[in-house]
Amino acid sequence: MLSPKQLFAGAVAAALLVLPAYAFDFGRPASSDEIKLWDIDVRPDGKGLPDGSGTVEHGKEVFAENCAACHGDNGQGGIKDRLVGGQGTLASDNPIKTVGSFWPYATTLFDYIHRAMPYQAPGSLSVDDYYALTAYILSLNGIVPPDGKLDKETLPKVKMPNRDGFIPDPEFSKVPVPK
Amino acid sequence: MSLKDWDRLVDSNNEEAPLSRRRFLASTTAGVASALLTTQATADTLADVPLREVGADLSGHGERSKFVHLAMLPEAGPGKRNVDPSDAINSKAPLGELVGTITPTDLHYERSHSGNPELDPAKHRLLIHGMTRKQLVFTVDDLMRMPSITRTVFIECTGNGWENWKKADPNVTVQNTHGLVSTNEWTGVPLRFLIDLVGKDRRSTWMLAEGADAAGVDRSIPLTEEIMNEAFIAYGQNGEPLRPAHGFPIRLITPGLEGNLNIKWLRRLKFGDQPWMTRWETDRYTQLLANGKAMQFQLRMETNSVITSPSGMMEIRPGYHRITGLAWSGHGKISKVEISTDEGRAWKQAQLNYPVLPKAQTRFQMDWVWDGKPTKIISRATDEKDNVQPDRKSFIAKMGTNALFHYNAQQTWSIDGDGRVRNALA
Repeated sequence: MLSPKQLFAGAVAAALLVLPAYAFDFGRPASSDEIKLWDIDVRPDGKGLPDGSGTVEHGKEVFAENCAACHGDNGQGGIKDRLVGGQGTLASDNPIKTVGSFWPYATTLFDYIHRAMPYQAPGSLSVDDYYALTAYILSLNGIVPPDGKLDKETLPKVKMPNRDGFIPDPEFSKVPVPK
Repeated sequence: MSLKDWDRLVDSNNEEAPLSRRRFLASTTAGVASALLTTQATADTLADVPLREVGADLSGHGERSKFVHLAMLPEAGPGKRNVDPSDAINSKAPLGELVGTITPTDLHYERSHSGNPELDPAKHRLLIHGMTRKQLVFTVDDLMRMPSITRTVFIECTGNGWENWKKADPNVTVQNTHGLVSTNEWTGVPLRFLIDLVGKDRRSTWMLAEGADAAGVDRSIPLTEEIMNEAFIAYGQNGEPLRPAHGFPIRLITPGLEGNLNIKWLRRLKFGDQPWMTRWETDRYTQLLANGKAMQFQLRMETNSVITSPSGMMEIRPGYHRITGLAWSGHGKISKVEISTDEGRAWKQAQLNYPVLPKAQTRFQMDWVWDGKPTKIISRATDEKDNVQPDRKSFIAKMGTNALFHYNAQQTWSIDGDGRVRNALA
């Protein structure tokens, strides 16, 4: 019996043997147009944020229509995750983790609601609506002013209260570049 | 044959050639006799055993015996149990009723964030792009034609054990406390093969893996040598295509790491040079410590074990028992499991059932004669990197009680004078 390690080594050896002759045979090139359809991820530095913008004021309307049923009228008291408040509770016996108290990056909020919300129809709102929702939820937490507006330039500059609240695991905090 | 002799036979079975049939029969006689002591007898003499008769028609699909009742436990959150599956966020595997180490496919625990989509494999695609020489799209057929590996690994939800962070509900089973871990045999394409195929930029140190579920669950995965060598894109589960709940048609397998990294319904891999800080690696799946700071990218599942029999809500009688359970570690192989039957004072080494595979669950067992006095039984696993499963007190001292994820403290089962086994903190 081969050990999993031996089997794995075997598979890799097989892969290396097969690669030069048959590489062209697997898959097909992706066109840049089709990559755009799926390439939705957003990084903390703003890379990946789409064109568009949204205001707190507009976000309030979008929220009432699409989000309040689950998250409550003002982002709390709903049946699903609380989005507002909890600042100063993280070190207590009953920490309240919300966008305002816990999330380290504002870009994560845009990325998440843009890909996954509203729950029943993810991604169905306009980019402007998602910017507006992001602005509104941040304003409920006192992070963006009531007359605020967000776009791909301003969103990455929003400093979240718990930005420095995370300790990266030493094993994975610095991944070495292979030689 | 004494129990001690039986133990030696089990040991030799583990380490050497299989037992001869005669030795095996001789040894099982002792084993069965003692097992019956704790089993309710419904056929007192052989005359009571039903006569042989012609069985049911053969079928195109093997079903369990009507005498066997196994089911997962759907939950809506900690303590919200036995909910309608449509309200469930996870379903726990019935560890107390399982034997061996492979979890039956239909009982592998489930956790998903927006239901279990049913994807048409003919229309499913995997896009690999980012810091690569080529941006490529693959069909499921493409993947199945590539060189494959098959490996048995555990997958564990990082929330496994979350029942016991703050208090122990005495009236729960091992399915409640530890049912968010399972071990299956998975088959698929080594990540390294795909990395070579697309020509990953040397400077790419992180990879985003994204699912085709409604939530588009995505995680940043550090490209360490270990992960690049061991991760694979699986299309096979216990010898058949993946089940929908486990990512059909394809999913990522990252042996030993958090369950949620094993992205189901995988549709995109993007190579980059920093983590994306997705919702699932910031708001969720980070561990809040007592000081208010949170551990992030604590990706490896720790050294763990639990006694599955006797365990929560079972009842035992004084006399002989075979203690058995499961141990696992995201660091590698289990090297040792110790059991205490006196509340943690003395520890005795349990036998491990072979083969002991890296990053897979290992079955352990030990015989025990219960004297009928109240006590507590505990298991403690050690892995090949010498990581020892912590006792609850030192674990809580390090992690606090608000972490929610990565609970791997030793599990204590208390046994009262009537033989009732209950969940306890320590």
